Amino acid sequence: MINKIVDTLQDAVSTIEDGAIVLISGFGESGNPTELTHALIDHGARELTLVNNNAGNGHVGLAALLESGNVRKMVCSFPRSTDSGVFDNLYREGKIELEVVPQGTLAERIRAAGAGIGGFYTKTSIGTPLADGKERRTYNCEEYVLEEPLHADFALVKADLADRWGNLTYRLAARNFGPIMCSAARTTIVQARQIVPLGDIPPETVVTPGIYVDYIVEVTNPASEREMIENGVHYVSGAAE
Amino acid sequence: MTKKLTRRQVAWRIAQDIEEGNYVNLGIGQPELVANFIPADREIVFHSENGILGMGPEPGPNEVDYDLINAGKKPVTMLPGGSFFHHADSFGMIRGNHLDICVLGAFQVSEKGDLANWSTGGPDAVPAVGGAMDLAVGARLVFVMTDHNTKKGDAKIVRKCTYPLTGPGVVNTIYSDIAVIDVRPDGLVVREKVPGISFDELQARTEAQIGGRASCRELSAPEIE
Repeated sequence: MINKIVDTLQDAVSTIEDGAIVLISGFGESGNPTELTHALIDHGARELTLVNNNAGNGHVGLAALLESGNVRKMVCSFPRSTDSGVFDNLYREGKIELEVVPQGTLAERIRAAGAGIGGFYTKTSIGTPLADGKERRTYNCEEYVLEEPLHADFALVKADLADRWGNLTYRLAARNFGPIMCSAARTTIVQARQIVPLGDIPPETVVTPGIYVDYIVEVTNPASEREMIENGVHYVSGAAE
Repeated sequence: MTKKLTRRQVAWRIAQDIEEGNYVNLGIGQPELVANFIPADREIVFHSENGILGMGPEPGPNEVDYDLINAGKKPVTMLPGGSFFHHADSFGMIRGNHLDICVLGAFQVSEKGDLANWSTGGPDAVPAVGGAMDLAVGARLVFVMTDHNTKKGDAKIVRKCTYPLTGPGVVNTIYSDIAVIDVRPDGLVVREKVPGISFDELQARTEAQIGGRASCRELSAPEIE
């Protein structure tokens, strides 16, 4: 019997090794796998490369993982926010490497990795410093730049419903990077609000088919990063236990 | 005295140029104001790059749901007919020329329609680009919403951008607080200017050469609270 369900967050992240490239779903605070991210802090894998659209807020979730000192490099499109002080300071102190990727190129590099595409040409960034040093090609009199797939070792993704095969749905706009990140990682780890019996998710409403998913852990009441930040929470290792 | 438009009046002016049935992306910040001024008889579909079509207005205090936010990370609502999709599809729509219009802010626009709006190139600045480069190359029409001059009085409509580009030759129309200027193959042409300023004064406040002296009309907008 296929059963991708694991009992604890600790079990879910237990195979993440030092030096891993980790995709983390979410945009702003919608779709962030906060509990899995905190479990990764507790797990303590070091020298990580993280991929997310942003670079965290306050001192929780992604920002707390950055603050743990376990992240070597951040790949994102928009690290700045009103509350991105943790990343800003690490960057200014030279303690973290940053790769800025245009948002659509970031998404397509992830999608390409999951779809077995070896690279693609895009018009985005032509004529800008972000195209410097990249191979170019002209199609129909327009210039394009080569972008490479962004493969990862792990993906941490937040879903709404899941079943034991790993079929997933997402709430509202929290879908954002979830489906493509599930497809692009060697091992995909999902926190779902509710695990339902196989067959309860109608096939036509499955957004991510289970083939892309390896582990599922149920987190019934996922934390609101906004509320945690408003309450002055600073996540530190071990607090989840 | 020069009567400048307020930001809300510029947003109103842009909204008049958005047509029935258009699919529109509004950039983060000032461009978001445009949504408030779409004429009531026009059905417009707003796109948000995090993965929404059919985005509606700000929710009431009891309807806020942080799984339903726009690209600026602010809570929004959905209109009947709206849809969600993942990020790669969202940017496929953008790059694939499916959006009719995007409205973006600008640090500088050049006489060739080059746009600079993501980085001032400062050594201490954390670089952040978001979706601006994709929107700039992908939307059928790129409208820029900007003050005509910086707070210090420097020109933002320039011969050549000095800041790093977001995209070359991408801007179609500039909506400033004193003029509406189209980017044409032969250069910048003033479509409208506020009545309190002469064409020569407008040229003096614009580093790039502007045309349209004889043809430009009056730029006016209703009083808006």
